[in-house]
Amino acid sequence: MSDDLRYSKDHEWVRLDEDGLAVVGVTDYAAGQLGDVVYVDLPEVDDEISAGTVMGEIESTKSVSDLYSPIDGSVVEVNQEVVDAPELVNSSPCDEGWLIKVRTGDLPEDLLTAEEYAQLTKG
Amino acid sequence: MVEHALRSTALEAVHERLGATFTDFAGWRMPVRYGSDLAEHAAVRESAGLFDLSHMGEIRIEGPQAPEALDHAFAGKISTVSVGRAKYTLLLTESGGVIDDVIVYRRAEDRYLVVANASNAAADLAALQERRADFDVEVIDASAETALIAVQGPASAEIITGALTVEGTEAAGITEADIDALGYYRFLEGTYRGAELLVARTGYTGEDGFELYVRAELAPSLWDHLTAVGGQKLTPCGLACRDTLRLEAGMPLYGNELGTELHPAQSGLGKVVALKSKGDFVGRSAVESTDTSELPVLVGLAAQGRRAARAGAVVRTTDGTEVGTVSSGALSPTLGHPIAMAFVRPDLTAVGTELVLDVRGKDLPARVVDLPFYSRS
Repeated sequence: MSDDLRYSKDHEWVRLDEDGLAVVGVTDYAAGQLGDVVYVDLPEVDDEISAGTVMGEIESTKSVSDLYSPIDGSVVEVNQEVVDAPELVNSSPCDEGWLIKVRTGDLPEDLLTAEEYAQLTKG
Repeated sequence: MVEHALRSTALEAVHERLGATFTDFAGWRMPVRYGSDLAEHAAVRESAGLFDLSHMGEIRIEGPQAPEALDHAFAGKISTVSVGRAKYTLLLTESGGVIDDVIVYRRAEDRYLVVANASNAAADLAALQERRADFDVEVIDASAETALIAVQGPASAEIITGALTVEGTEAAGITEADIDALGYYRFLEGTYRGAELLVARTGYTGEDGFELYVRAELAPSLWDHLTAVGGQKLTPCGLACRDTLRLEAGMPLYGNELGTELHPAQSGLGKVVALKSKGDFVGRSAVESTDTSELPVLVGLAAQGRRAARAGAVVRTTDGTEVGTVSSGALSPTLGHPIAMAFVRPDLTAVGTELVLDVRGKDLPARVVDLPFYSRS
């Protein structure tokens, strides 16, 4: 878990990159709960997404989960590497396993800090 | 988190130590995986996996009329099973539905062990208690004091031989020659640390493998012993890979492919019901009088891509007519494409039939294939 990330209660993380774009992925905790991820279904470039609504799905050997957008914005890039190799969500959830980049305004205030998210996911 | 009153097996501390992720399975706190469920799946296909299956129910049937009692209680002919052999059979309702699918081990002329699914153990015990009424036989719930550890995979015979037959181990009564000669659905009886140990060549993975029944308090010691002998060849495996392994092997899962509202013939288990070789038994008249020819039938379906249809997904013909429902589905780790078992209209079961799976709103073309999807070479 990293201090420069913000977290949603739906177990996505958000990081603002140097271009001001929001990078979105699923958390290490969520990846661990899912088990081995074998498929990710992501929105397409130019899709508008909004916070708290379903933007795709993520599938492990055992289950399928909806992916909820943590923010409002429009998709500018999709991580083709994670589409081709979904196991990146398990091996590197917060780095190589990022899902999409989004043009957005200020991050919603209800996103959690690392400390708050750790509290949420504490068994 | 809310603490539920989950039951735990004698191996819970071992699983905790190994860093398992747990799940609630039929009221039990069971390891779903230790690390990667794909790696665990591959370990069973390529080497060997170690499973805690102690949540399953063990019921002892003992007494002079045990064979007759079990012929009455079960759909299969149990009285003619030889000592040292096991048989897969069904416990039926009066109306011919399936209460459970079980394995019955014959330990002596007058002693059997019935191994039940965890989710049905209580129902099985109740049904067997009721069905024993007219027979001189005892029905004893041995679930709490019995642990079940499975070693499954091509390296399992080597590991079991090393763990149980070598001088200096705490197992006794079983030799290397015994293991060598042990056929599928046969079992041996020996001891581990002086307590009874039943070693069966049975499993639920489609691989060669063994299931070991041992006193619960000895399970952690036996697990550690198997781990030490197995070394790199033996990987602890959770229930996630157990499900993908059995699905690839085309084996039914109670609650998905079997249930009280399904007739055995629909699940491809018509032959398990011994209509010809024995007299009356619970469910017989219903099975005989029910015309199942119009009812949905279980088939295997294979598709391309990475998205799997899951239990409950609707099956359609290529022109959009709804003709069935998926009972189990996953992306097959061994085959690399989606597989499913589904109940479909009986005129659509021919291998090669083109169907369409509704995968969460998107159509996935699929075709009927032979079961099992995977069989070991």
